[in-house]
Amino acid sequence: MAQATADHGEHEATTTGLNHRKMLMWAFLGSDCMFFGSLIATYLVYKNRSLEGPLPIDVFSIPTTSVSTFVLLMSSMSMVLAYSALRRNRMKTFRVWLASTAIMGMTFLAFQVFEFRVFANHEVVVDCHAPIGELSIVELSVRNDKTVGCEATGHDEVEKQVGLTPKTNLFGSTFFTLTGFHGAHVTIGVIWLLTMFFLSFKKGMVTPERNLDLDLAALYWHFVDIVWIIIFTVVYLFGVFPGFA
Amino acid sequence: MSTVPFAIPRPTYPTGVWSWITTIDHKKIGVLYGVTAFVLFIIGGLEALLMRIQLTSSNQDIVSPEVFNQLFTMHGTTMIFLAVMPLSAAFFNFVIPLQIGARDVAFPRLNAFSYWTFLGGAILLNSSWFLGGATNAGWFGYAPLTSIEQNPGHGIDFWIISLQVLGVASLAAAFNFVVTIINMRAPGMSFMRLPLFTWMTFITAILLVLAFPVITVALIELYMDRTFGMNFFNVAAGGDPVLWQHLFWVFGHPEVYILILPAMGIVSEIIPTFSKKPLFGYGTVVLAGAIIAFMGWMVWSHHMFTVGLGPIPTSVFVITTMAIAVPTGIKVFNWMATIWGGSVDFKAPMLFAVGFIALFTIGGLSGVMHAAASSDAQQQDTYFIVAHIHYVLFGGAIVAIIGGIYYWFPKITGRMYNEMMAKVNFWVMFIGMNMAFFPMHFLGLDGMPRRIYTYDSNMGWDFWNGVSTVGVLVLGTSFLIFIINIVTSWRSGETAEADPWDGRTLEWSIASPPPEYNFEVIPTVYDRDAWWAEKRGKVQHGVPVGGGSDEEEHSIHMPQPSYWPLIVSIGLIISAYGLVFHSGNFIVASVGLLIGVIGVYAWAFEPVNEPE
Amino acid sequence: MFIVNLRSRRIFSFAVIGAIFVLMLGCTPSHNQSTFDPLGPVAANQLFIFNVIFWVAAVIFVAVEAALIYMFVKFRRQPGDGDPIQVHGNPKMEIAWTIIPALILVIAAVPTIDGIFFAANPPPNPAGGPALEVDAIGRQWFFEFQYADPNDASKKIVIANELHMPVAEPVVFRLDSRDVIHSFWVPKLGGKVDMIPNNDNSLWLQADEVGEFYGQCAEFCGVSHANMRFKVIVESRTDFDAWLQEQAAPAAETVDPLALAGKDQFRSANCIFCHSTGRGSGIGPNLSHVASRLNLVGLLPNAEEGSFVVNDAMLQENLKRWLTDPDEIKPGNIMSREADAYNKPEFALDESDVDALVAYLMTLK
Repeated sequence: MAQATADHGEHEATTTGLNHRKMLMWAFLGSDCMFFGSLIATYLVYKNRSLEGPLPIDVFSIPTTSVSTFVLLMSSMSMVLAYSALRRNRMKTFRVWLASTAIMGMTFLAFQVFEFRVFANHEVVVDCHAPIGELSIVELSVRNDKTVGCEATGHDEVEKQVGLTPKTNLFGSTFFTLTGFHGAHVTIGVIWLLTMFFLSFKKGMVTPERNLDLDLAALYWHFVDIVWIIIFTVVYLFGVFPGFA
Repeated sequence: MSTVPFAIPRPTYPTGVWSWITTIDHKKIGVLYGVTAFVLFIIGGLEALLMRIQLTSSNQDIVSPEVFNQLFTMHGTTMIFLAVMPLSAAFFNFVIPLQIGARDVAFPRLNAFSYWTFLGGAILLNSSWFLGGATNAGWFGYAPLTSIEQNPGHGIDFWIISLQVLGVASLAAAFNFVVTIINMRAPGMSFMRLPLFTWMTFITAILLVLAFPVITVALIELYMDRTFGMNFFNVAAGGDPVLWQHLFWVFGHPEVYILILPAMGIVSEIIPTFSKKPLFGYGTVVLAGAIIAFMGWMVWSHHMFTVGLGPIPTSVFVITTMAIAVPTGIKVFNWMATIWGGSVDFKAPMLFAVGFIALFTIGGLSGVMHAAASSDAQQQDTYFIVAHIHYVLFGGAIVAIIGGIYYWFPKITGRMYNEMMAKVNFWVMFIGMNMAFFPMHFLGLDGMPRRIYTYDSNMGWDFWNGVSTVGVLVLGTSFLIFIINIVTSWRSGETAEADPWDGRTLEWSIASPPPEYNFEVIPTVYDRDAWWAEKRGKVQHGVPVGGGSDEEEHSIHMPQPSYWPLIVSIGLIISAYGLVFHSGNFIVASVGLLIGVIGVYAWAFEPVNEPE
Repeated sequence: MFIVNLRSRRIFSFAVIGAIFVLMLGCTPSHNQSTFDPLGPVAANQLFIFNVIFWVAAVIFVAVEAALIYMFVKFRRQPGDGDPIQVHGNPKMEIAWTIIPALILVIAAVPTIDGIFFAANPPPNPAGGPALEVDAIGRQWFFEFQYADPNDASKKIVIANELHMPVAEPVVFRLDSRDVIHSFWVPKLGGKVDMIPNNDNSLWLQADEVGEFYGQCAEFCGVSHANMRFKVIVESRTDFDAWLQEQAAPAAETVDPLALAGKDQFRSANCIFCHSTGRGSGIGPNLSHVASRLNLVGLLPNAEEGSFVVNDAMLQENLKRWLTDPDEIKPGNIMSREADAYNKPEFALDESDVDALVAYLMTLK
């Protein structure tokens, strides 16, 4: 009698009729809300309080991040399709959509890694003839830099690498910690999905009767997606659009 | 079976050390929690004793300031996270399934994991004494004193990582009890028929689920600052130490309700049982508990009245804090109304329960004094607060827990404790407690700050400090009496019957100690105080609420023991040591993580042994 | 045992009287940091609020404890008792004991909030003009105070460990810290406010009597938190102005050969790296007028009890003790940990060095 998990499986009698593990996942997600809520609160408390270094408007590329956001959003859709296929015993379709979800998740993570690298290597270019009042904090610091600044070099345009890392300023610390932990959650989700994918090739491990296992993974995946929507809105969009920044 | 990965058969040790190591039985886990937590309570008490000896009179140097600062930090951290919380967990574990008519909790292996992780966290934290020095910045760890510049050793890292580990244990347990209480109640046991202790446990579990992540984030941010040079609390980069305080106390205030609600639940069981009357205003007491838990999220900055938040935020928190005294007061009055008109047997558990009311009232009233931010500006950070804390946490939580231990001792061990010794225990503890902590009210109002390792002889503080130390010695004696009583009674006490107290709730309807499967037949519940109703013949045979039991069709299924919860815990602890002693590449931490992940997979795919 | 009759009523009255007696023992206004001896309006307001709540709480306390004792006696199970009436509740009573405490709390909240705003807003200076402002800066483990120079408002006078205030005038303290969180507390003048880096906290205090008041740091700040104490000297306006002028004057020049040798030592042992004898605020306390202070390092008295005149013999002994082994007096202090004179053998001070330094420091009046 091969069972992936011990005890009664999905058909134990419960007081509410809801499966224990489903309830556990919801309780866990409630907790995780508070976790991300605290990280986002920290980010918001420190917004606009960095004393130096790049700010959101200096480094964010909304077009790029919109693509990765879209990919993650679509992965939730493929997740739903995978679950639906499993329920209807369309195993091949199920595997295709499950694999797509995992691949889109990995794509999102790849975008994150790429983006973090770009931030770390961020170069600031300053036009020495631009009015000082229009320069951001970091542009000013490059303009006045003792080695490569406008007065120091006498050039019309100066540049310097002022990367954004977790150590750089308040923005760097809060941003990378928040998005880093989100990325860790996505990674765990991808591992979970890939596990289910490979397990589905073993007879009897992933079946329509045992769709709860996938249902739990899907819940988690959707949660991680929703958290990203919030991060994208509060951190990225509110970070660059006037009136919110 | 060979088609399943990680197909190691489940352990089957019926007795002996291995049966304890691989157990997933909630009753055994409850005992493990209780014994472990009590040992840690004694350790915390010894830390306090050393401090009190140092403070007995002015200008002593029995204990150096470096050690003293570690002592008060470890005392606070130990008592809150390693004593009171796990002692409450011991009761959750043993009692809840019995009170709701279940055979175990919803996730027995997760339950075992909670215990082993707690034990690991306790060992981790206390190993710091021998590995370079314990944490020394207070149990509340205010930034920037916890920064790497101020505190370059590993002590703070031990504190951070231990609390994270303990957080994992607490969260796992909280998830378990939320699901268990919602989803495993016997047929007919609606929420408004739950025993009060189960209700308070449920509310506490929800608080845990929501509050712990906040301190998790605060600790992560501090660890990031210390380990990776980030800027969360770096003043030079514009960081604000007050952010730490907000995050900590948003967790910290619900935490104090996590500490007291289970104790209130215990008292709410003992008083009706020994008064032979139902709890007065059951619905009100439940609602008051829920309101306290809800409002507990709105008062956190009363720990920050001197931080300079500004008169308007301060005033708001004054109002919310005073407001929370109302549901607390309601509970006290309802308990008293339960006793009133009862036929009261003042056996030891009842003495402790009444003692709880007497002492918690004092703590609650000094709490209202703190709520007044203006006068609190004189009281904050003085011994007046230390007095308040100990009246609510010792006079409240600990006294209730000791009462609970005596109350459920027959059920857990199958033996009766020595009643005369237990009564003496109570009176010695009551006297010692008041001697130790009442003078602290005077010292605080006399201007003695807290967390000081010494004071000058011309301050006039010598006398009451001396009295307090004597009180602590009396308290220590009371615990010696307790230990002797418990140990000798467990070994050779009189055999206990199933229902020695003429109890009201379901745990008294089964043998003492209960069989592994708890109930031969899952009971059907028709009323609140289900067992009392059955005994007194007041059963109304109506329609049971909720799903029926499916056990007519199958024989009793019991969950099976497992190695994997312990393995995952071990992986977690190895990881934890790796994070404390990180050396740049986190190899040890990764090894621990790997062990943990393997353990989780094995756990997920663990087969069920074929039934015999 | 207990019988409800005259005897138990007597016992009960004794208990109450005894309790009141014990409680009164707790009020010791004569102690140095007692909050029951308010000598300024802020402290007085805060004590008033405390008293309001305390007496209400005392009534509730007596009522609850008396009720418990009564129940302890009256409802004891007697042999042969059956089950008592199974009362499930009484909504009217429950509503009553919800509303009445809420009303009591409202009564407590009103003066409380009034007090919060009172303590937050300094009153105008009765002598006219703005209130005196002092910067109070918490350092590990001493208090630094900065006053505006009376002769040049753009400059500051920097002192440590001793605060002077004119009597009967509000003084505004702007609080800051150079390292960790400290807290500024003079119990007889008012409650504390924390000194937090990157935060601009402030409080106002007023002393209505001349005298010497005790202050102490009230937020755990590290090894020698217990030793972070200061004194507040409250004097007449005239005396205060005179004192401020003295502090504004440059450090005294000396011709005494031993003191001059000490002055050289001060430079060669690198004391000057951390301690300014001018207007500076360095790593260590400003020493330009150290010999005029009534206590050394906030802990060692330089004057007889109750005297406001420095006793040179006491000062000399304290300076010698401190310079010989500072860690014995203030464990973990930064000078012991990091100063060259205590960490590098080539800068170490022998007894004659210490004597010279003491002689020099004693000239800094």
